[in-house]
Amino acid sequence: MTDSKYFTTTKKGEIFELKAELNSDKKEKKKEAVKKVIASMTVGKDVSALFPDVVNCMQTDNLELKKLVYLYLMNYAKSQPDMAIMAVNTFVKDCEDPNPLIRALAVRTMGCIRVDKITEYLCEPLRKCLKDEDPYVRKTAAVCVAKLHDINAQLVEDQGFLDTLKDLISDSNPMVVANAVAALSEIAESHPNSNLLDLNPQTINKLLTALNECTEWGQIFILDCLANYTPRDDRESQSICERVTPRLSHANSAVVLSAVKVLMKFMEMLPKDLDYYGTLLKKLAPPLVTLLSAEPELQYVALRNINLIVQRRPEILKHEMKVFFVKYNDPIYVKLEKLDIMIRLASQANIAQVLAELKEYATEVDVDFVRKAVRAIGRCAIKVEQSAERCVSTLLDLIQTKVNYVVQEAIVVIKDIFRKYPNKYESVIATLCENLDSLDEPEARAAMIWIVGEYAERIDNADELLESFLEGFHDESTQVQLQLLTAIVKLFLKKPTETQELVQQVLSLATQDSDNPDLRDRGYIYWRLLSTDPVAAKEVVLAEKPLISEETDLIEPTLLEELICHIGTLASVYHKPPSAFVEGSRGVQHKRLPGSAGSGESVDSPDPGSAAGASEAPPAVIPSQGDLLGDLLNLDLTPPTTTGPPPAPSSGMQLGAMDLLGGGLDSLLGGDLGGGAAMGAGFGAAPAAMPASFSAPVSGGLDDLFDLGGGVGMPMGAYSPPKTIWLPAMKAKGLEISGTFARRAGVIQMEMTLTNKAMSVMTDFAIQFNRNSFGLAPAGPLQILTPLSPNQSIEASLPLSTVGPVMKMEPLTNLQVAVKNNIDVFYFSCQYPISMLFVEDGKMERQVFLATWKDIPNDNESQFQIKDCHLSSDATSNKLQGSNVFTIAKRTVEGQDMLYQSMKLTNGIWVLAELRVQTGNPNYTVSLKCRAPEVSQCVFQSYEAMLKN
Amino acid sequence: MIHSLFLVNASGDIFLEKHWKSVVSRSVCDYFFEAQERATEPENVPPVIPTPHHYLISVLRHRIYFVAVIQSEVPPLFVIEFLHRVVDTFQDYFGVCTEAAIKDNVVVVYELLEEMLDNGFPLATESNILKELIKPPTILRTMVNTITGSTNVGEQLPTGQLSVVPWRRTGVKYTNNEAYFDVVEEIDAIIDKSGSTITAEIQGVIDACVKLTGMPDLTLSFMNPRLLDDVSFHPCVRFKRWEAERILSFIPPDGNFRLLSYHVSSQNLVAIPVYVKHNITFREGSSQGRFDLTLGPKQTMGKAVESVLVSSQLPRGVLNANLNPSQGTYTFDPVTKMLSWDVGKINPQKLPSLKGTMSLQAGASKPDENPTINIQLKIQQMAISGLKVNRLDMYGEKYKPFKGIKYMTKAGKFQVRT
Repeated sequence: MTDSKYFTTTKKGEIFELKAELNSDKKEKKKEAVKKVIASMTVGKDVSALFPDVVNCMQTDNLELKKLVYLYLMNYAKSQPDMAIMAVNTFVKDCEDPNPLIRALAVRTMGCIRVDKITEYLCEPLRKCLKDEDPYVRKTAAVCVAKLHDINAQLVEDQGFLDTLKDLISDSNPMVVANAVAALSEIAESHPNSNLLDLNPQTINKLLTALNECTEWGQIFILDCLANYTPRDDRESQSICERVTPRLSHANSAVVLSAVKVLMKFMEMLPKDLDYYGTLLKKLAPPLVTLLSAEPELQYVALRNINLIVQRRPEILKHEMKVFFVKYNDPIYVKLEKLDIMIRLASQANIAQVLAELKEYATEVDVDFVRKAVRAIGRCAIKVEQSAERCVSTLLDLIQTKVNYVVQEAIVVIKDIFRKYPNKYESVIATLCENLDSLDEPEARAAMIWIVGEYAERIDNADELLESFLEGFHDESTQVQLQLLTAIVKLFLKKPTETQELVQQVLSLATQDSDNPDLRDRGYIYWRLLSTDPVAAKEVVLAEKPLISEETDLIEPTLLEELICHIGTLASVYHKPPSAFVEGSRGVQHKRLPGSAGSGESVDSPDPGSAAGASEAPPAVIPSQGDLLGDLLNLDLTPPTTTGPPPAPSSGMQLGAMDLLGGGLDSLLGGDLGGGAAMGAGFGAAPAAMPASFSAPVSGGLDDLFDLGGGVGMPMGAYSPPKTIWLPAMKAKGLEISGTFARRAGVIQMEMTLTNKAMSVMTDFAIQFNRNSFGLAPAGPLQILTPLSPNQSIEASLPLSTVGPVMKMEPLTNLQVAVKNNIDVFYFSCQYPISMLFVEDGKMERQVFLATWKDIPNDNESQFQIKDCHLSSDATSNKLQGSNVFTIAKRTVEGQDMLYQSMKLTNGIWVLAELRVQTGNPNYTVSLKCRAPEVSQCVFQSYEAMLKN
Repeated sequence: MIHSLFLVNASGDIFLEKHWKSVVSRSVCDYFFEAQERATEPENVPPVIPTPHHYLISVLRHRIYFVAVIQSEVPPLFVIEFLHRVVDTFQDYFGVCTEAAIKDNVVVVYELLEEMLDNGFPLATESNILKELIKPPTILRTMVNTITGSTNVGEQLPTGQLSVVPWRRTGVKYTNNEAYFDVVEEIDAIIDKSGSTITAEIQGVIDACVKLTGMPDLTLSFMNPRLLDDVSFHPCVRFKRWEAERILSFIPPDGNFRLLSYHVSSQNLVAIPVYVKHNITFREGSSQGRFDLTLGPKQTMGKAVESVLVSSQLPRGVLNANLNPSQGTYTFDPVTKMLSWDVGKINPQKLPSLKGTMSLQAGASKPDENPTINIQLKIQQMAISGLKVNRLDMYGEKYKPFKGIKYMTKAGKFQVRT
């Protein structure tokens, strides 16, 4: 008697028979029939035609039958909305049933019926159930709110269910709390800014209490919710950590990982010298290690997260290297992750062990894994300098095995080792050359060609080797073609006498016979370079290469911080921010780690001392690419039709071209153009297709702009808004700029904090403005003399002049800025308060004021309200004076103070104001009159800002 | 939260689907099948698969893939843990978790899934609560139900659902009150060619079978609790008491449950119970290879090593093996190249060995890879970490229960490289 009998059918037609059975008088027969229907449903058969017959069975005392009918309803109600209405009455009745199990079942099922008409009937029963005396019903109702929200969000808000749900966070039963949190979190996902989960110390305390008592799943919801909270100080942070730590010993791995997330986040706020900080670090290691003894799927997710944790806090697992050693029967996805973490943990202390393991892995069966293991050896060499020699010898051993893919991978990584440690391991080149013929993968071929080109002078038959590659030039992949072109040019520069023919051959292959624009352009550049100035060519092509960085695949610190806040989620598995991949990401908020309490590097507090120091220093030499930048910016910024920042891609392309040339463009363009004569006739005829722009002189564009010296005056009472982030690091490859404007001793200052959140050092900063409404322009170069190392911030104060080119912007005070550094050019726009433009001699004579006021047509007058201002009229007057708003006269009429004020903008526009202040009334009225009425709105905004700060 | 669940059998058929929100078309599983095709081995299917609109999170248990579909950001571990719980529940209810068992009980399965998850949120996953809601099918009950017309669905709210001890039902009664604990340790180790230990660690568990009347409150203390520095507890264990006194204090669930699992890390010295002497060689140009393996006991504290099973994946080039075991039997599967040798008990006076030759494909070059040897074994009456229970006390009830502790050591992933 098993359920498989439900699948057997007779010939007559299944549906027909079921229909008859469902309408049978016998209860038992009915139940069996419903079971058959459900069985068909589970395997995906369409039994929706039986809807009315099944619904007829709903009115029953038999709980099992009721449940079965409910199961059916949930599946098919959507396809039969009109029929589904029939079920409503039973639901409403069941919600009143004395048995809490039935009440809960009814409210649960109703929420699953995704039919608009039904949801209206659901509201009243749901409201009752949310306040039910039985916690089992309440917790079920809490989830039902989330279901309903998914169907009809507006209805849930209108009915006030969200508030009821929030109240449930304070429920006495921990299960109800957990479900309320889960429901709110789900709803909040579709309303990122709704502040549904308003976390304060009181609610946090309630959650922490519930955490100890609810089920494992509830603990996950609560922990994930806690992770969104930002504690006020390090003490609160510590107390939360203390109460969360016991969760690390939970048997459910999801609870453990959610607890790890909370701890990793809140740990940021603890001072590092605190004893508790060290204790916490120690406590984190064992649970993470334990996760690795679980099932492979759990291991995989755990490993992806450990990868993040290791990057953020390597100290936690630095002694646990061995648990990441690979077992031969681990699934491949676990093996690859373990390998990645092994390299991250590799250090001088454990490198011998790691290398021995990696060598072992390189003899395994799985090709992907073996390749990755060989690469890992190369990465170890680059990461741990002391081990480089051992790594190279291990790689040579592997090359001796002659296993094709091992050899190819080994050659690719040896190239990187050469880059990192130049002129150290060239003795192995001979061994590499022996394997030339076995290379069939583009990456390995390209690597080998690079090595031959780079060390051409040491390889006797370099020309023969390269020539052998040249034979099948057009069959090679682009990567190999480009590498071959460069290598032959290098060879020619090193041994010009013997290889002239070879280089001509490759140049003509690249420029004349190839369809690939990259290849053709590179060919032209070399050709031109060689024909005009071989000395310069040598400098360019054989220039010293920048060292490659230690770890190539680290996650950007900003992204890493965000991912740490998302430990345990899909984002952490894919190492992508949640906004990047979650379906219809509805403006997911970026999470940031809280700053440490003791750290002095607060972004919001500009340090006037250092800013002044920087601008008093002698002006920097304009960076070599500065003039080119000026040109590019002019090109990009001149068509000023759009208000947003100019599109980056176009300039990106141009800069890309610059990169290709390296630092040698200057010598190419500025060098002696006649020098090429010595080259012999072979190169005289450069192809006519040369792009014209290459020969056009690039004139210095910025020089004339940088003629004004920078001076910094004493700070005075002028209003300056707080710094805001203008350029987020996400948009600018790790450069974050926040800033504000200030007027000091008659000079407008643009005050910026530049923070390097990338991993490489930033240098060569320069700044340029687009044309703007008041002709603002930098009065001097951007004074950043020291290179900005990773995670460092620097304060810069840029004096501005108002003599630059003018163009009306929308909004009026919009300023488009381009900032350049050694990485790229970035664009952003910001707005300055118009009060920066109020000049010191803006005080009008009384008579003139009167006359002007009358003279300006009334159409130009605009009136504004300033609300909630609590200053006396004298204090107001003084405060405004600090920002060059001058009070000319004051009149008191019926307890109302009238202040008459004037101000003058840098471009000579006068603005007249009448400010009405009534004692006891916090609302002021400003009337502004100006010949250029467009400025009124901005002036009013400044008024408001000045008075409220 | 969890949107839908599909069960897929080894031949790639979806034989059950369950949706907790709107219905997701089963065509979403095509992405899973693609990944399955790419994977060389069934267990190599990645656990998380992205599709344009959903994410598929799957586990493979008992040759059935449990594929969960999620649509929004959900902690993957949460989903995986839940799927494990589903598997455990099926096993608990039907004795085995196979396609046949699930198909035979499809209505119960459906009822169970409905109770376990509501709108994607876990509802009741504790086995004793579920059993009060839906009674497990037994032959007797099915017959009684058929005759009397009663059902196997509980009519009352399970008592444990909301109590402070949700894992225990009230009104438990036994005539024989007994509490048994099994301390089982598994050694995971990698031994290198020369016989030295690369890494070794112990995964231990204490499984309990407690059948006690009423609401007993138990305490369990250890002779050497210092060993337990990395532990995961059943929710019933009072964590504060453990932190303060290193004593396990708990009100146990009824029946079988895992009280504790622990991990003794590689930083402690882990005893290795056996050693392996091996000599597996291939000569260039010869179509034969030599195979020579001897096992011996090492640190066993005088206990016998039993149920020893040696297995090894020989290189692809090996056609056949002609070996001679000194005890036990061996098999070699020429298709999968899996060699396994059922040794049985190790006699320290006469060490078991397996010697002989392997034949290779004629003319083929010498295999590159070195086979790894996998060892399974059992040692009774000993926990290899040295963990010992001191005493078990019961409070809250008057009767005297039978108590028993059993120790056992097994090999987990115990690998010897050659």
